[in-house]
Amino acid sequence: MTDLESPSAGDRIWSGLLSSRDVATRPFRRARHGWRSSLYLRVVLTTLALSLVVLVVLAQFLLGRVTDGLLAAKERSALDEARAGLAQAQLLADAAERGGGDPVSNVALVDGIARQLANRAGNPSIYEVLLLGSPGNLISDVPEFGSNQVSAASVPVALREAVRDKQRQSSTYTEITYADDRVAVPGFAVGAPLALPEVGSYELYYLFPLSQEADTLALVKRTLAVAGIALVLLLGGIAWLVTRQVVSPVRMAARTAEQFSAGRLEERMAVVGEDDLAKLATSFNQMASSLQGQIRQLEDLSRVQRRFVSDVSHELRTPLTTVRMAADVLHDARQDFDPATSRSAELLQTQLDRFELLLADLLEISRYDAGAALLEAEPVDLVELARRSLEAAEPHAERKGSELVLEAPTTPCIAVVDGRRVSRILTNLLGNAVEHGEGRPVLLTVAADRHAVAISVRDHGVGLRPGESALVFNRFWRADPARARSTGGTGLGLAIALEDAHLHGGWLQGWGVPGDGCNFRLTLPRKSRADLEGSPLPLEPTDARTDRRVPLAAAAPVPRVR
Amino acid sequence: MKGRVLVVDDDTALAEMLGIVLRGEGFEPFFCFDGAKAFDAFRETRPDLVLLDLMLPGRDGIDVAKQIRAESGVPIVMLTAKGDTIDVVLGLESGADDYVVKPFKPKELVARVRARLRPSQDPAQGALSIGDLTIDVAGHAVRRGQELINLTPLEFDLLVALARKPWQVFTRELLLDQVWGYRHAADTRLVNVHVQRLRSKIERDPENPEIVVTVRGVGYKAGASGGE
Repeated sequence: MTDLESPSAGDRIWSGLLSSRDVATRPFRRARHGWRSSLYLRVVLTTLALSLVVLVVLAQFLLGRVTDGLLAAKERSALDEARAGLAQAQLLADAAERGGGDPVSNVALVDGIARQLANRAGNPSIYEVLLLGSPGNLISDVPEFGSNQVSAASVPVALREAVRDKQRQSSTYTEITYADDRVAVPGFAVGAPLALPEVGSYELYYLFPLSQEADTLALVKRTLAVAGIALVLLLGGIAWLVTRQVVSPVRMAARTAEQFSAGRLEERMAVVGEDDLAKLATSFNQMASSLQGQIRQLEDLSRVQRRFVSDVSHELRTPLTTVRMAADVLHDARQDFDPATSRSAELLQTQLDRFELLLADLLEISRYDAGAALLEAEPVDLVELARRSLEAAEPHAERKGSELVLEAPTTPCIAVVDGRRVSRILTNLLGNAVEHGEGRPVLLTVAADRHAVAISVRDHGVGLRPGESALVFNRFWRADPARARSTGGTGLGLAIALEDAHLHGGWLQGWGVPGDGCNFRLTLPRKSRADLEGSPLPLEPTDARTDRRVPLAAAAPVPRVR
Repeated sequence: MKGRVLVVDDDTALAEMLGIVLRGEGFEPFFCFDGAKAFDAFRETRPDLVLLDLMLPGRDGIDVAKQIRAESGVPIVMLTAKGDTIDVVLGLESGADDYVVKPFKPKELVARVRARLRPSQDPAQGALSIGDLTIDVAGHAVRRGQELINLTPLEFDLLVALARKPWQVFTRELLLDQVWGYRHAADTRLVNVHVQRLRSKIERDPENPEIVVTVRGVGYKAGASGGE
């Protein structure tokens, strides 16, 4: 990371924008997450929404039909009533004419007709009557009449024009207003022209209040709304219940599967009835049994393997011990032998050492392969451990002419680790560093932060070619196949060290540049098996020659996740 | 004659080779090739030290170690082909004082045998006290009040080492050096297991030790003298 350019101002602004957008979309994301994760929520909400739509459409339709039905009947009776009224008015008018027209009684005539018509409405009146003089009447000051103080404004202008123009009965919906302080009510107005001889042309209007129908409609609306809401809630509840029947077993299956995967292999689902869910449970249980069987089998195999490793270990080591002791006795007495036999005793001795190391490493790695490696973690001061490893490597370093330098904090770095394994890793890293360090100093650095402790081993030897830093951890890998094998080591050291690091939940990484040496960094969590997030030490040493720096991607192996 | 050593091993070739090496170093070896007969051989020969193979026909080396330990505090050094933690710890818990892992070098074995046979270096006179115990160094006896507590020589050495310097915290490495005689880094589990064994004998409550106290991350030290 240190190698990357620092972000430009533009990048920063852009990332700022991104984060603010992030904040805005958070509730939306949460809702979306709830929607995606809960089958309950999805089914119930979908049912609610769909039933709401259906109900609204249905209610609209019903309301329309009821309104139409109510009004159509009212309209028919109103028209009939108005027609009858008109006929009677015309009769009255004609009778008045025959009786000899007294102009003075014009007012009385109009009043009389209107009153008679109004009386037909009964008490309380089921309609109002309005007798209005047409504009352009021959006589000015025409008497007009309205029953029950109904206002002439109740008749819409459009209706009056229609009546005058067409000279026949017309009707419309209107709002009936009154001259006194009664509230306006919705109504139906029917009008027709009425000619009064010698008095002039009049318009007779019947106004039917629809307040009763309006009340009925309001009641229907209210009932529909209440019933609708109740129905929607009921449907939601039903959906919830039905979903529960399906989801509960599914959730139970999920729980069982979780426990199963957590290692409780005897966990099974309860099979109830013979429905699809029971089938699911049965299949799940069959799968679990089959898995359990296979796992058991693998465990048995692993046990057999471990047993085999242990047996081979014993069977090989006992004769090897005898050979070893015999060789030692011969080696100690080699001065008494002739040169050839003496040299043979020496070779026997050194090769037995190598054989022994190889056997030990092979057994160790096979223990890892069998999954039989156990972590014996306890609090250990890694500074002290590093110091001891350094002291142990001192004789080897002296032979090679390398100086060993320890750079560590003065305070102890306590971490919960398996001291034997960590010490083995350090011994191996130091051994490699001295072996390939070409007599230059080897630096051992210890550092710690709150979560992790890191130890790095830096040499200034031949280094590694690009890509090799990942290969070094491979079993029996050698930097140069042509190079003599006499440089010691079994070829398994780093592979075992890597396994040791992984057993701790730690990292072991290598860095190297040709001619600039290597750096191997071990990072261990302070608490046993805690997750590592970073290392207190850089993988690329600070004293690396920058001009020969290789791209990090090529040099740093990705830490293998356990 | 430096000491009588009983070699219990089913592998005759190895036993013979062990005999050659031990004799070369001036010890007097006795042999037993069968675990079932090991205890009788032990009673018969009254050795100063037992070299015990952990895997034996007839009777497991661990059982033999328990049987011998029930009767005697004689030093037992295990020969084990297993580096596995569990086996080593089991062997140590069953009563072995030390172990060598096959294949070992003769010098390594002889060093282990010598270390276990060496008499306590400085037979300081008088009595030491640690916790509520009194130690009679010359008489090799540990008492709580009048009650005598039976310790093996190794456990006794371990307790004395801690009691001599009650102010000092002993790292496991230091104890390995002083009590077991390891000059170089060795298996610290030796210390852990023997501290557990020692505690089970001397502590009133081995779960909450008051005499041999753990110092987290460092090692052990003697508990406050005269404590309850």
